[in-house]
Amino acid sequence: MAEETVSEDAVFEKIADAIAEIGPEREDVKKEATLESLDVDSLDLVEVGQVIEEEYGVELKGEDVEKLKTVGDVVDLVVKRAS
Amino acid sequence: MSERRVVVTGIGAVTPLGVGARISYDRWLAGESGLEDGEGRADDFDPTDFLSKKDARRTDRFAQVTIAAAKEALEQTGFEDDEDPPVNPERVGCIIATGIGGILTLEKNANLLRDKGPKGVSALAVPMLMPNAAAGNLAMRYGLLGPSHSVASACAAGADAIGTAMRLIQAGDADMVVAGGAEAALGSLAQAAFDNMHAISPSGISRPFDARRDGFIMGEGAGVLVLEEAESAAARDAEVLGEMLGFGASSDAHHITAPDPSGDGATRAIKRALEDAGMTPEDLDYVNAHGTSTQLNDRSETEALMRALGDRAEQLPVSSTKSVIGHMLGAAGAVEAILTLIALKERMAPPTVGWEERDEGMDLDYVPEARPLEDVNGDSAVAISNGFGFGGHNAVLCLRA
Repeated sequence: MAEETVSEDAVFEKIADAIAEIGPEREDVKKEATLESLDVDSLDLVEVGQVIEEEYGVELKGEDVEKLKTVGDVVDLVVKRAS
Repeated sequence: MSERRVVVTGIGAVTPLGVGARISYDRWLAGESGLEDGEGRADDFDPTDFLSKKDARRTDRFAQVTIAAAKEALEQTGFEDDEDPPVNPERVGCIIATGIGGILTLEKNANLLRDKGPKGVSALAVPMLMPNAAAGNLAMRYGLLGPSHSVASACAAGADAIGTAMRLIQAGDADMVVAGGAEAALGSLAQAAFDNMHAISPSGISRPFDARRDGFIMGEGAGVLVLEEAESAAARDAEVLGEMLGFGASSDAHHITAPDPSGDGATRAIKRALEDAGMTPEDLDYVNAHGTSTQLNDRSETEALMRALGDRAEQLPVSSTKSVIGHMLGAAGAVEAILTLIALKERMAPPTVGWEERDEGMDLDYVPEARPLEDVNGDSAVAISNGFGFGGHNAVLCLRA
């Protein structure tokens, strides 16, 4: 669990790595990229959520997930919750 | 017999002998074995040859081998990635059998549950391990819009899937069905379970019908056929590889794993398949046996063949593909039907590799060496392919090529 503010860049790198594990090329995983364009569906996002929870202690819940459109949305949510 | 005849317009296989139906047949005919260290691993299969990274990650190995085998079969019948399907996809079904389903995924996630707790379990676990995952993924990949499901009757499942597909076409529910079976159970859970029930050969040798047989060797892979209504195939000038003439299924209702020693259930299935095909034992040229290499199966199967075929049984070549690929469980019946079709087309009886010692009371011709089929009637050769499963399921196909 994060005691101090987590760095946005570090969170992005972690999440981008997790998303790239699923299928898309790592270089295509940018903050502005939509999850849809990366072919990341709700099942994939649960897998990403498991990495996030393990790393930052932040749980992605159903209502959160519905609002997430881009990689940046995921990063922002994690930074907000972890801080 | 139904008026709607069912022909085969595509075949594909992934087996311990290789990736491809033809290479598997050629190597079997040459007496080569795909078994090593007590198992039949489909070593030449690489999922990334057939699937994107994302798709490979979201599918269990049993679905992956299905997609590879189906690609071969569907391309042969005229499905290309970038072209319209050769028949109306709403009239194309997809029936893929499995004995167990995604047991490797099950095992992995059970370990995650133990080690990391409930939150460690993958959200993809169910769609990967469910027995219908192979059929679902295949239908999605090729846009097959007709009836689709899995068939689960253990080691009879592959033959049952083909029989079910035949009936869908005969009944008019589909004009084409992509049918087959898949299994990928070479992990510690299935191995231990089969070991502890003394089903697996302690000697590590698959030698069906031999007096020294002591159990089966597990194999993995898939077999997929494209079955098509004969007029549909003729209308589009599709190459016809053979015909599915008959299907017979029955239950032993005897014991959950042991076959009825009298072979009664298997006898009824064989007779029914011949009757459905409009054939007599005299019409047969070859028998592709279930032949698992267990004491019980091989004896009761021999008994059933003698009862169902009478004097003809001892005149026919009877061989077991499991001598070279092991027991592919839910894939066995499909792979064996495919290799039987090629054997019929080539007018060859492939061998029961390793058969040397005759067992008392088991007096059929088990074909220790490959040889040409003799005295084939007319312009086509006819065979039955047997599949029997735990649960007492018997499924027999009658094929012509």
